[in-house]
Amino acid sequence: MGYIYRISGPLVIAEDMRGSKMYDVVRVGDEGLIGEIIRLNGSRATIQVYEDTTGLKPKEPVRSTNKPLSIEAGPGMLTHIFDGLQRPLDHIFELLGPFIKRGVEEPALDRKKEWEFIKLDSIKKKDKLSEMQIIGYVQETPLIKHYIMLPPGVRGTLTEINEGKFTVEDTIAVVESNGKKEEIKLMHYRPVRKQSPYKERVKVLEPMLTGQRVIDTFFPILKGGTAAIPGPFGSGKTVTQHQLAKFSDANIVVYIGCGERGNEMTEVLTEFPELTDPHTGRPLLERTVMIANTSNMPVAAREASIYTGVAIAEYFRDMGYSIALMADSTSRWAEAMREISARLEEMPGEEGYPAYLPKRLAEFYERAGRFVNLNNTSGSISIIGAVSPPGGDISEPVSQATLRVVKAYWGLDASLANARHFPAINWLTSYSLYAADLREWFNTNVAEDFSVNRDAALEILQKEKELKDIAQLVGVDALPEDQKLLLEIGKMIREDFLRQNAFDPIDQYSTIKKQYLMLKIIMAFYKLARDAVSSGVSVDSLVKSNVRAEISRMKEVKNEDFESFYNSIIEKMNNEIASIKAKI
Amino acid sequence: MIEREYKTIKEVYGPLVVVDKINDAQYNEIVRINVNGEERLGQVIDTTSDFAVVEIFGDNTGLDIESSSVSFTGEPLLFGVSEDMLGRIFNGRGEPIDAKVDYLVREKRDINQTIINPAARAMPNDFIETGISTIDALITLVRGQKLPIFAASGLRYNDLAAQITRQAKVLHKDIEFAVVFAGIGITHDDAQFFIDSFRKTGALSRAVAFINTADDPSIERILTPRLALTTAEYLAFDHGMDVLVIMTDMTNYCEALRELSSARDEVPGRRGYPGYMYTDLATLYERAGLIKGKNGSITQLDILTMPNDDITHPIPDLTGYITEGQIYMSRDLANKGIYPPINPLLSLSRLMNNGIGEGKTRADHRGVADQLFGSYARSIDVRNMSTIIGQDALSDIDKKYLAFGDAFEKRFINQGLYEDRSIEETLSIGWDLLSMLPETELIRIKTEFIKKYYKKS
Repeated sequence: MGYIYRISGPLVIAEDMRGSKMYDVVRVGDEGLIGEIIRLNGSRATIQVYEDTTGLKPKEPVRSTNKPLSIEAGPGMLTHIFDGLQRPLDHIFELLGPFIKRGVEEPALDRKKEWEFIKLDSIKKKDKLSEMQIIGYVQETPLIKHYIMLPPGVRGTLTEINEGKFTVEDTIAVVESNGKKEEIKLMHYRPVRKQSPYKERVKVLEPMLTGQRVIDTFFPILKGGTAAIPGPFGSGKTVTQHQLAKFSDANIVVYIGCGERGNEMTEVLTEFPELTDPHTGRPLLERTVMIANTSNMPVAAREASIYTGVAIAEYFRDMGYSIALMADSTSRWAEAMREISARLEEMPGEEGYPAYLPKRLAEFYERAGRFVNLNNTSGSISIIGAVSPPGGDISEPVSQATLRVVKAYWGLDASLANARHFPAINWLTSYSLYAADLREWFNTNVAEDFSVNRDAALEILQKEKELKDIAQLVGVDALPEDQKLLLEIGKMIREDFLRQNAFDPIDQYSTIKKQYLMLKIIMAFYKLARDAVSSGVSVDSLVKSNVRAEISRMKEVKNEDFESFYNSIIEKMNNEIASIKAKI
Repeated sequence: MIEREYKTIKEVYGPLVVVDKINDAQYNEIVRINVNGEERLGQVIDTTSDFAVVEIFGDNTGLDIESSSVSFTGEPLLFGVSEDMLGRIFNGRGEPIDAKVDYLVREKRDINQTIINPAARAMPNDFIETGISTIDALITLVRGQKLPIFAASGLRYNDLAAQITRQAKVLHKDIEFAVVFAGIGITHDDAQFFIDSFRKTGALSRAVAFINTADDPSIERILTPRLALTTAEYLAFDHGMDVLVIMTDMTNYCEALRELSSARDEVPGRRGYPGYMYTDLATLYERAGLIKGKNGSITQLDILTMPNDDITHPIPDLTGYITEGQIYMSRDLANKGIYPPINPLLSLSRLMNNGIGEGKTRADHRGVADQLFGSYARSIDVRNMSTIIGQDALSDIDKKYLAFGDAFEKRFINQGLYEDRSIEETLSIGWDLLSMLPETELIRIKTEFIKKYYKKS
C-alpha cells in the first residue's frame, strides 16, 4: 500500500508503489476513488483517477487491486445503462438519488437477481471443455438468449453442472484441470483494454441493413465493418446514430455516449422501450446496452468508456451474435486522451493531441470485424463512430486518423442540414469501400438490377451537380430540355428518395425491398420521360403530371404495401406519359 | 477541519501563489489570503506533500512574500442558498450588493459538485411559448432545454433575451416561475438594462441576479455562472420551481478561462483557449434539465457573442456541440431592419419534436415547420441566383419562391418588441405564407393538413 504524494486535477502521483503493474486498478484516498496506473517511475506511480479529486490530500492511502480495469461479463447488462467504468447508473439513481456521488462501490450486475440457467443438451459431465466453450444459457430478455461460457483461459473436464435458478455469483458448474478445480459462475471478469481472443478473422460479404436509404442503397456497411460519421454540430450525427441503433439488423446494440449530452441518453432510455424492433416485434431496449459518460462527468472515465463498451460488445460476439456498436463521439474520447496527456506533460503531437492518438483510434476500430470465436461460434462487431471536428473542418487530426482506418465515410454536411435535408449525408463526398464487395449480395438477395440502378442514380447526382453550377450562371430556362429533365430527376432522387424523416413512423425505416422499388420508380420515370422529351414533350408538363406528384409522396406508403403501390404507379406512369405524348 | 495558517509563501506569479512546507492541502480547497489585514480568497489547484499551489480570486496587488499569510479552510467553495435570495442582486462573488442586509442561508452548497446522473434525467417535453414566431414555430423551446443565443456585437440580443423572459410561459402547467440571471463581464449599462426590464415587468421579485461587470476581476467570472446555477438548482430541485437561467456573455467567460489557463502555463488549444474548454463549458450547460420525480426544471438561455460573427470560432463551436440547439442572430436580417433578426436556417432546437404536435401545439406543426424551412432555404437559393441572372430570367415557380422569401422575413420573422403571438397565430401566419406557393410544392406536409389549412387563392 502506498500513499498520495501529489494531486493535480484527475492525476495523482503516489509514493511507495513498488510492485504495482501498469494499468492496475487502484483505490485512491480515504474515499477509495477508482483510478488506474498509467506511469511508473521508481517507487512512484502516476494514476489517472476516474472521479472528481476535490478534497483529496497528500498522505492519504493508495491501495492497488492488482487487477486490470475489467468488466463484469454476465446476464443483467441488456436494457441497463452504465457509466464508463460499468457502474450501473439506473441502480445507483435508485440507491443514491439523482446526483452522482464519488467512491460508489456498486457492482455492475445485480447480485440478488436470480436467473434460470438451462444447460445445453450436448453438454455432459466428464466432457472435456475448451476455453470459452458455451455450456448453457439464460433467457436474459425475451429477445436475447444469454449464453454462458467458460471464462477466457479456463478449460478442463466438467465434473459438475446444475440447472435452475442462480444469481450471477452462484456456482453453476465445476471444471477440473490437472487436479485444479475451477468454479464456473454465470458471470466472469474480462479486461477491457485487451481484445478478446478469437480463432480467426473471416470476411463474409453480408450487409448490416439499417433501413436508412442513403446508407443501405448508396453507402452500405458490412456486418463487421467500420464507418465514421463526421459532421459539425447540428448536422444530425446523433440522430443518425440513434436511427442506426434502432433499426440495424444486428442482434445486439451497444451504445456509448462518450462525452455527449445527458438528455440524449435519456432519449434512448425513454424511446427505446416504446419502439419495437421491425425484425422481431420486441421492444428495442431488450437488445440494447448503454454506456453513458456524459460531457460533464469526469474526463478520465470518458477515456475508459470506449474500452468498456467494446469489451461488452466482444463478450456478446463470443456468444455468436452480431453487434452494432455506436460510439458518440470519438472526438470527445480523443480530447480526454489529450487532457490526460497534457497533465502528464507528454510531448504533444498535432493540435496538442498525443502522438499515439492515431494508434489508439486504429486499435479501437480494429476490434470490429467478423470472427470465428474460440468456441467456434461466429460473431461480428460493426463499429460506427461519430466524429465532431471543430468548426466542421475534417482536416483536423481525429477525423484524419479515423478516415485512415474506417471503410465507410458518411460525411455530414452543414448546408444540407441548414436546408433541413436529413439525413444530411453528402452523396457526393461520402463513400463506402464495401459497396463494391456487396454488389453481388444485393443483386442476389434483392434484385438483379439493384446495383445498376444505384450506380445510375449516383451518376445522375454527379451530373446534376455540374449542371446546377452552370444553371447558377445562366438560369435554368437557358438549359436544353434534356438537361432540365436531368435536373428534375436529380431533385427526385434527393427529395423523394434520399431525404428520410427520422421522426415519421413510416418513413423512418425502409426495408431494402422498398428502397429498391423507390429508386426503380424514379428510374422508370426517367426512362419514360426522356423518351417523351426527345419526341417534343416539355419537361414542365411532366413535372406537373399527377404521377410526378404521387412519386413525391411515395415515402408515405408502408413497407408492406409498397409492392402493390409499385405495380399501380408503374401502370399509371405508362398511361399518363403516353397520353401527354399523344397531346402533341 | 480546523483552519491552518501558513506564512510560507515562496513565490507569486500572476494569480498563482506557491505555499511551501504544507503537506496536507486538499485539492480544490478554499484558502483565505491575508494581505495587510485585507482578506482575499483562493483555491488549491495543485498539492503535494512538500508544497501547494494556490490560485487567487481577484487581483494580487499588495501581496508580499514576507508578511502575507495563507489560511487553509479545509473546504471546497461553498455557497449559501435559500429561497430568500429571490428579488436580490449579488456580485460575481456571491455577496449581496443591493442592500447592506444579509440574506437567510438555508444550506451551504459546493458550487462545482452537481452532476445529474443520466439515468435520473427526465425527458424535457413541455412546450414553452415565447410569443416569438420564429422561435415557437421553428426553433421550439422546451422546458428543461439549454438553448443559447448566438449573437454578435451590434445586434439587439439583450432585447431578445428580455422579450423571451417577459413572454415565456409553459402552457397547461401550474408551477412557480423564477429567473436566475448571471451577468458575466458585462457592462454596467447591460446589467442595468436587465435589472430595469425585470423591475418593469414585476419579474424582479421572482429573480436572483449575479452581476460581474467588465471591470470586476476576470477570475470571478469563473465563479459567477456556478453561483447562479447552484442557486437555480436549489430553487428548481428543492423548491420545485421552473427556473429560467440567463447567462450572458459566455464569450467573456471563455476569455477568463483562457486568461487563467495561460497564467497556469498550460498548453494552449485552438486560438489559445485551453484544451479542456469543452468539458468546462459542459459542466455549466449540462446543469440544465429535468429530474425524474421532481417538479422543477432548469431551462438555460445563454447568450454568447460570436467573435467576428464567426460560428466556427471555438466559443460558439464548442457551445453548439454541448447545447440542445442554438438561436442564431444574423447581421443580414438586422441590416434589413428585421427584429428579431433570427436566421432559422442556421438555428436549431434539438428537443423541438418533444414539445410539439397534437396536444402540445398543433398536429400540423412539424409539417409546417419542415415546409417553412425547406421553402425558405429554396427562396434563398433563388435570391442568390437572381442576383446573377436577373429576376426576369427566373422561372414562374422561382418567382413565387422569391416573393415567399421576402414575405417570410417581413411577416413571419419580423415582429414587435412587445408583440406576443400565440402559437395559433404563428401557425396561421405560416399557412398564409405557404399558401403563396402552389399546393404541389408542399411535399413536406401531410395531405390531410393541406386540405385543412391551405388557403386557395
